[in-house]
Amino acid sequence: MAEYILEVKDLKTRYVTRFRENVYAVDGVSFKLKEGETLGIAGESGCGKSTLAMSLMGYYFPPLHYTSGSIIIDGRDITGEDPEVLRRTVLGTEIAYIPQAAMNALNPTRKIIKYINDVLVAHNIRLSRTELREMAEERMRLVNLPVEVLDRYPVELSGGMKQRTVIAISSLLSPKILIADEPSSALDVSSQKLVIKMLLDLIDKGLVKSMIFITHELPLLYNVTKKIAVMYAGQFVEMGPAHESVFEPLHPYAKGLMGSIIVPSEGIRDEHLVAVPGTPPNLKSPPQHCRFAARCKFRQPLCDSVVVPERFSSDGRLFRCLLPEAVLRELKYEDQIKSKQEDAEVELDVNIIPFAEDNGDGDSGKESGG
Amino acid sequence: MAETDRVKVKRRELTETFLEGKNMSKVYGMGRRANRAVDNVNFKFRRGEIVSIVGESGSGKTTLAKMILGLTSITEGQLELYGQPRAFGTTAEKREYWKNIQAIFQDPFSTYNVFSKIDKVLLNCIELRGQKDLPYAQKVEIMTEACSFVNLRFAELTNKYPFELSGGQMQRLMIARIYILKPKLLIADEPTSMVDACSRATILDMLLKLRDEEDMTIVFITHDIGLAYYVSDTIYIMKSGQFVEQGTSDEVILHPKSDYTKRLLSDVPSIYEPWDLTSDDLLSEEDEFPTAAGGAP
Repeated sequence: MAEYILEVKDLKTRYVTRFRENVYAVDGVSFKLKEGETLGIAGESGCGKSTLAMSLMGYYFPPLHYTSGSIIIDGRDITGEDPEVLRRTVLGTEIAYIPQAAMNALNPTRKIIKYINDVLVAHNIRLSRTELREMAEERMRLVNLPVEVLDRYPVELSGGMKQRTVIAISSLLSPKILIADEPSSALDVSSQKLVIKMLLDLIDKGLVKSMIFITHELPLLYNVTKKIAVMYAGQFVEMGPAHESVFEPLHPYAKGLMGSIIVPSEGIRDEHLVAVPGTPPNLKSPPQHCRFAARCKFRQPLCDSVVVPERFSSDGRLFRCLLPEAVLRELKYEDQIKSKQEDAEVELDVNIIPFAEDNGDGDSGKESGG
Repeated sequence: MAETDRVKVKRRELTETFLEGKNMSKVYGMGRRANRAVDNVNFKFRRGEIVSIVGESGSGKTTLAKMILGLTSITEGQLELYGQPRAFGTTAEKREYWKNIQAIFQDPFSTYNVFSKIDKVLLNCIELRGQKDLPYAQKVEIMTEACSFVNLRFAELTNKYPFELSGGQMQRLMIARIYILKPKLLIADEPTSMVDACSRATILDMLLKLRDEEDMTIVFITHDIGLAYYVSDTIYIMKSGQFVEQGTSDEVILHPKSDYTKRLLSDVPSIYEPWDLTSDDLLSEEDEFPTAAGGAP
């Protein structure tokens, strides 16, 4: 048993469009996940959250293509393996994925038990009819779903029930890692709660060893996962324990994101909401410097000319910003950085890394290269 | 218009009643299969008010919105605009009504006609406003102004089809339509459920500006209780076609009276208090296994 159940090193994947253009949707993501840990991924639409989830399975089909990096599940590097081997030995047993709106994937003319049979057949497990029913019923009881579900057609189930059924089917073979991509975003609060309860229950009972949870609802993420990563334009810009990430974010984008949380509790009506003006960069040609620079209100001149590496704070949180940790900790989103430091710019405490010349294809690359 | 990075709702005095629903019901189906989707609801919307209608899926929120918009008939009861029952016979009357009442929807991808270009979408709005005979140059001016209100550049959009835009741009375009039309009532059906928190604030900001400028009434139909509490003056909680609770947002959210509201609130994740996952489930057996005759769709 390896120390980390999932280790992702500098994963890069891209989409290739009809016009042979590359869209760099996941661009250098690294993280490690221990057994029993849950990681939440937040970020705006189009930042690459769902692409990351799909990339993690190691099973690529066009237009998604693998570029570089490695995905190590329990000591086994799954990148570059034969897709057919991968499909039978990794997907479903090692890593399982619940796509967005998974409940719409159910064919309305087949009973739920047939889907369970499908999963088993795809993994070369042949059971007789009675064995299958016994196994399915036992599983349903384990995940607190009524046994009657097995003999129902998908149209006979409510949205929340369908989603929970899909989760039960996905986790049938007790995968080590479960990736849940917006499992509850189409549901109302009551059904959402049941879905979340079920997911947490799966981990408690050890049916799933760890979970990656993707959503744009931050209050939900805060309650579900221990660790939160904030994604922006294909990269993690911040990752750390949930409480710190929500209440003391470091990266300016994360500060904006956390400032726009609204929950129904007293006093929130008098507060200002933070909106981050502007739009994210086009991922066909993402800037080589800080990707958030164009929208960042704390931007320094250097932000436009150097590569921002992943940096780690004193307590091990990841952030991708040139400003010193101490400054970022003090900074509130409503502050103006210039008013604090009137004459001098804030000193940036990283070694300046100019753009690598081989991948410089824009004007900005030439400027700094010279 | 420069985008702001701080959004706040201005509270204001509300007096003039503008749209009133009296004992409105909608029944789908007949006889044994009859399903009362909306059951005897009464409401009053005032000018400049922000109202939220909160409820679970299948509680009748969207049906009510459709009735207000005139997209479906009202089975019983009536809707009064400025004290007069709504006249809704001829196409001319409908057009007149839609000048006052407009809607934006959750999914921008399925809202536009894929065959009409963006110019056409905006030109239609100008026509609906009764300015069909305006010279084209002036129409362009209006469209440019509307686009710049939502931080889009009209020059970039012209001659494009809606599907060539990103989701965020489409949603902004929808607000640009509202900016041209300047309706008195805007029904926003889950306008922010597909976007992240920052974009949600931007969309809210635009809608709130429109309200302040035009004294527009906005009806949010949502299951995002946090959003409802933050923006609205009045909240209606809907369950199986009826309003179980209504009142100012502080009354309803902070001091709920009905048990249903209390349980609904306990299901909302908060960041300040631990989320109680152990409480009783709100859903009944019937909700989970809807039958063909009724229940959730």
